[in-house]
Amino acid sequence: MAAAAAAPGPDALLRTAAGDAELTDRLLAPLWSRARAWWIAFAVTGAGTLLFGIAIAYTVIAGIGVWGNNIPVAWAYAITNFVWWIGIGHAGTFISAFLLLLQQRWRASVNRIAEAMTLFALVQAALFPVLHLGRPWFAYWLIPYPATMEVWPQFRSALPWDFAAILTYFTVSLLFWYAGLVPDLAAARDRAPTRARRLVYGLFALGWRGAARHWQEYRIAYGLLAGLATPLVISVHSIVSMDFATSQLPGWHSTIFPPYFVAGALYSGFAMVVTLLVPLRRIFHLEDVITTRHLDSIGKMMLAMGWMLIYAYVVEAFLAWYRGDVFERYALLVSRPTGPYAWIYWIMLACNCITPQLLWSRRLRTSPLVLLAAALLIQVGMWTERFIIIVTSLNRDFLPSSWHIYAPTWVDWSLLAGSVSFFLLLFLLFLRFVPFIPIGEVKHLRHELAQEEVAWRGEQ
Amino acid sequence: MASSEVRRGRVPRRDVVPAILAEFGSPERLLEAAARLRAAGYERIELYSPFPLDGAEALLGLPRPRLPWFALACGLAGAAAALWIQWFTNAWDYPLNVGGRPLLSLPAWVPVTFEIGVLSAAIGAFVGLLARAGLPRLWHPVFTAPGFETASVDGFWLAVGAGDARYDPARTRREIEALGPRRIALPEETA
Repeated sequence: MAAAAAAPGPDALLRTAAGDAELTDRLLAPLWSRARAWWIAFAVTGAGTLLFGIAIAYTVIAGIGVWGNNIPVAWAYAITNFVWWIGIGHAGTFISAFLLLLQQRWRASVNRIAEAMTLFALVQAALFPVLHLGRPWFAYWLIPYPATMEVWPQFRSALPWDFAAILTYFTVSLLFWYAGLVPDLAAARDRAPTRARRLVYGLFALGWRGAARHWQEYRIAYGLLAGLATPLVISVHSIVSMDFATSQLPGWHSTIFPPYFVAGALYSGFAMVVTLLVPLRRIFHLEDVITTRHLDSIGKMMLAMGWMLIYAYVVEAFLAWYRGDVFERYALLVSRPTGPYAWIYWIMLACNCITPQLLWSRRLRTSPLVLLAAALLIQVGMWTERFIIIVTSLNRDFLPSSWHIYAPTWVDWSLLAGSVSFFLLLFLLFLRFVPFIPIGEVKHLRHELAQEEVAWRGEQ
Repeated sequence: MASSEVRRGRVPRRDVVPAILAEFGSPERLLEAAARLRAAGYERIELYSPFPLDGAEALLGLPRPRLPWFALACGLAGAAAALWIQWFTNAWDYPLNVGGRPLLSLPAWVPVTFEIGVLSAAIGAFVGLLARAGLPRLWHPVFTAPGFETASVDGFWLAVGAGDARYDPARTRREIEALGPRRIALPEETA
């Protein structure tokens, strides 16, 4: 691209529009504008969400028999979607919490978007196991409350672990996101063009006034929330993987599952971050706030996660052979690469193992289009990976007489497409109503960089 | 001042009820001005800024927050409660023998105990923040000062509290003017 010369470097933040006021107004502008493109995107994702609603209503009214699930393939799409969505959320927490603790300053302009992505992905993820219950109105039975039936949830099962993990993950992510948002909501309140908006943003800003006494507590609380969210990056998908690892099925019963799932989660999550960031930066002309440096760093993360995943694939296959269990050898070394779902298996390997190798090149990594294409392929790859893990381990059971092929129905497809639409719809609403670049943090970073430059000049 | 007596009921004691406010153009100038006023003997000073200022806490002599301890206590209490509930429901109130496995199955209870512990600590940190900061408080006397809206955008504000022993409307104003602020503003009831 010819834009290479104009492409902003790592210090581009410093060179943006002169004053803090100007920067604030620029970053708040999407809240006050009414773009036609937004309405079109809203209509499209709204239609998809409507389809989602119809598919959910049909599932609830008719029962999950309308899905392609059967015995032995009882999990299929619902759990594939669940694991895929919950994994996507992980990169958001990784960027916002883990990188905060490591004082990686590049996170400042992308963390809000990443956190929103986490929240909205979790909303999708949480819907699937509830629908998969078949009778979702009994979902509250997972809570240990003194019922007249005098029974309790069984905490030795992995499913209540899942429930606790998702509940915690969603709540902590929401608190962390909202805590980070409060100072920017105050800025939106103080810059709002109409009284109604001033009132609404003022309400959500909780009366924040930026007092030093507040900042002191705020910084500590924010650091605490980051510190608490960080272990969740590892624990939540580990617990999800235990749904599989604690069972006795070949292809599931493996100690490598927790780290394998976490690496895959971060991998697909970073891909989703790229999928959202690249168009966003283009549409809102944020090249100087979300710089090529950001793309470069995310690209490197994707490459690293890709290699962890390749390692996991190799170890998984090796252990299947080395352990000497006939069923496991068959499931991993015969059924997956040559069975009825082999074509999906090979798509998975191509997308997840070959695509990231593009990212070795700095030129390709910093090209938004290449990065976006790689991210989309990786997301397809990660979805197929969840599908392969779930369906191929189930469809060829221990007894060939009980083998069964799984094929999704239109309801399965509608739920998948609908959840993607709903996710994008929530994201569009977020772009429209919430300051999506952390304005305060960007100003702070800008100021720090300026100070460093002054100090550096002084030494010269 | 009767008005500040009225306010005392609404504003927590550790908060500063501003008597006079001044806006500065940069964090450095604000911190410098605050340091000068502190040196001149002012005790009740508050700073308002769009982002946290390094060194402001030491300058204002604020005590070290105890929020981490509160969050830790919440986290431990939550984890203990989660562990107790799992033991009570699965081992005591409704013991279920699953293939002879022990009723006190601690390894199986680790995930829920850990997750609920983290959840409780996070809620503790958030609620603790709100409680210590006295938020939500949608109205505050400082908002009545003309031009204070910039405190969330690009203004760095300083307030001297009405309760300060050294505060005197005319003298304090003179002393602040000498520090070169962008502007001086008075909250409604002082003005």
